[in-house]
Amino acid sequence: MAHFEKANSLNEWLDQRLAVNTLQRVLQTEYWIPKNINFLWAMGMVLAITFGILLVSGIFLLMYYQPNVDTAFDSVNYTIMREVGFGWLWRHVHAVAASVVFLIIYIHMFTGIYYGSYKKGREIIWISGMLLFVAFSAEAFSGYMLPWGQMSYWAGMVITNLFSAGSLELNGVVEWIRGDYVPAQAFLTRFFMLHVLLIPLAILALIGVHFGALRIPHVNNQDGEEFDFDVEAEKYKAGDKKSSKVIAFANDFLSKDMFVVAVYLVFFFYLVFWNYGFAMDPVNFDPADGLKTPAHIYPEWYFLWSYEILRPFSKDIGLIAFAFAQVIFVLLPFLDRSPNAVPARRRGLFFIWFWLMLIDMIALTAMGKLPPEGIYSTIGLVAAVAFILLWIALPIITMFEKKV
Amino acid sequence: MKEFKILAVVVFFSLVTYWLVEPLAHSVLHKHVDSNHFTYADLPALEKTGDVANGKELVMGAGACTGCHSLEVAGISASMDPVTAASSYGVNPPDLSVVGAIYDDKFLAALIKDPASALKVSHKFDPDSGKMHPMTQFYGAGGDMDQEVADMVAYLKSIAPKAEDVTPAVAFENACGRCHSVRYERWTQMGEKPMFKFKKDEYRFDANVLEYQEHLTKYMGKLPPDLSMYYRSRNVHFLETFIEDPQSHMEGTAMPRVGVNAESAEKVIEYLADSADTLRDDRERIGMYVMIFMLVFTVFAYLWKREIWKDLH
Repeated sequence: MAHFEKANSLNEWLDQRLAVNTLQRVLQTEYWIPKNINFLWAMGMVLAITFGILLVSGIFLLMYYQPNVDTAFDSVNYTIMREVGFGWLWRHVHAVAASVVFLIIYIHMFTGIYYGSYKKGREIIWISGMLLFVAFSAEAFSGYMLPWGQMSYWAGMVITNLFSAGSLELNGVVEWIRGDYVPAQAFLTRFFMLHVLLIPLAILALIGVHFGALRIPHVNNQDGEEFDFDVEAEKYKAGDKKSSKVIAFANDFLSKDMFVVAVYLVFFFYLVFWNYGFAMDPVNFDPADGLKTPAHIYPEWYFLWSYEILRPFSKDIGLIAFAFAQVIFVLLPFLDRSPNAVPARRRGLFFIWFWLMLIDMIALTAMGKLPPEGIYSTIGLVAAVAFILLWIALPIITMFEKKV
Repeated sequence: MKEFKILAVVVFFSLVTYWLVEPLAHSVLHKHVDSNHFTYADLPALEKTGDVANGKELVMGAGACTGCHSLEVAGISASMDPVTAASSYGVNPPDLSVVGAIYDDKFLAALIKDPASALKVSHKFDPDSGKMHPMTQFYGAGGDMDQEVADMVAYLKSIAPKAEDVTPAVAFENACGRCHSVRYERWTQMGEKPMFKFKKDEYRFDANVLEYQEHLTKYMGKLPPDLSMYYRSRNVHFLETFIEDPQSHMEGTAMPRVGVNAESAEKVIEYLADSADTLRDDRERIGMYVMIFMLVFTVFAYLWKREIWKDLH
């Protein structure tokens, strides 16, 4: 049995048993972050807070939601929206957060791409981040099924149909996923389980990996500068905070994060109370009806770009292009052959590649919602082909990049 | 400052994306229909001044309106229960007590003279094919027909409450509620569903509603949808223009133009808003509190950041 001295304070008592002082040092006061950063470095905290908001609002909704095809729609639109005190608030918060979280994820992703934060030891950060993107996508899709409105039903129908793999006609796989020939009770209950248990667990685990992966390579800075964190940390600890290139996670980094979070929350709550329509599609306020296909079926805005890569091609080619689009971002650290881990503006052709990719994805997003007719389907086709060509071009243009 | 430049870039691309997938996409996805503000310009204006006493005789006269319609304010109750009425006419004919306040005058006159055209359902009720609209048109009582119609309208208006006294529920029930249910408001095509003490009474009521709906389905071709969530599944502009003229959005639909005046249309939409977005006033109010809290929080967050970072720069 270990020997314990009598503690003189609660802090000391806890420190003896849990090493709270060491934990605080390692996780906060001596967890070093570069000083040369801008507000885009706060997106991680903004995402953590948004995930927290989703979790808490989700717990409240879970107390009244009923995963049954006969009562699901009314449990959301009547019970939660009208009967439960502040149910409407939790529902709007949950719906808007689920949409806005993707805006922040995309900003976070493109920040990483721009500053080269996926290279030179930071590959696992990038890969775990992209796995989080996949997990969030699955979470968003499964959650979208739950109100059991027209878009829930028909989006569920269309997306599960993708698993028949085109001309392979693997209808058995589709039935296995649905638990029925069409989306029905078995389908709703299993997506409910995925949404409230399995995927959140996976997200929590992946967040752990994502944070852990930051430890050894450290956070990037806005000039891609390489420096010795230990030397800079010694300077900081010696009291020379002004010339040190690092800051402590808490309270230095945290105080800036919280200011960005505060500004973000002003924007977020403006959306929750006054501009929530983009996150709550009107069509989904019609109850699910398997005999009535909506005039237009489109996913939520954050899936539109990959939907548009599927749509302009013939069935099989479209599916292959779609599968390509789903995995290609994960491979970014290996497709980028350049030796430079510096901001895109110092990387010549890659700088052009970055803006073309961003504009192309916005074009795909817009065309994914518009009806596939006339000029829209032409633009969609061009943008989808451009997306694939950009990724094929990436290893080539980066291979010839000069060391800066 | 560099941070503001970066912020401007982020905001610019976010807004462009928003504009493309929301305002632009929706303007392309949905048919654009202009509102005529319930003027019913296609219907002839009432030129004669109506005489209430004569109108009363015409409305109550043998073989006239009260043969089928009840007129509760004048003590004339319905001759059939709603289910029997629906089996005879397809839908239960409305009580005429408040019609003068809810419907447009020109529309009432046109309806009396030629129901199928006023309701814009001539494509469904074509006399040549032998399908007559269940409401018989008024053939005149021997005098000047325009004068007689004006008299009837004048009488109906004289017994109706003032337009501002019509509640959203009354406007909805009269104009929409004999075809559409609103289950979140306990409204059925046969009236508000009461709370029953005994299950057997509730089953009896439900069975009657189902029977009514069967007749209605036969009459309309399909059961008209429940409107509980229509305020959120359709936008206000859609509801206004659709109520004004269903054919403008859905050519060939069996839904008649109901002919409500502008004030009543507003009340119908208010009723739908109460059903689908019941707590919208709470949302506005609490939204303001949350905003004030967040702005104060932001100020403190900024002060804290400044305090900490003054040692770092």
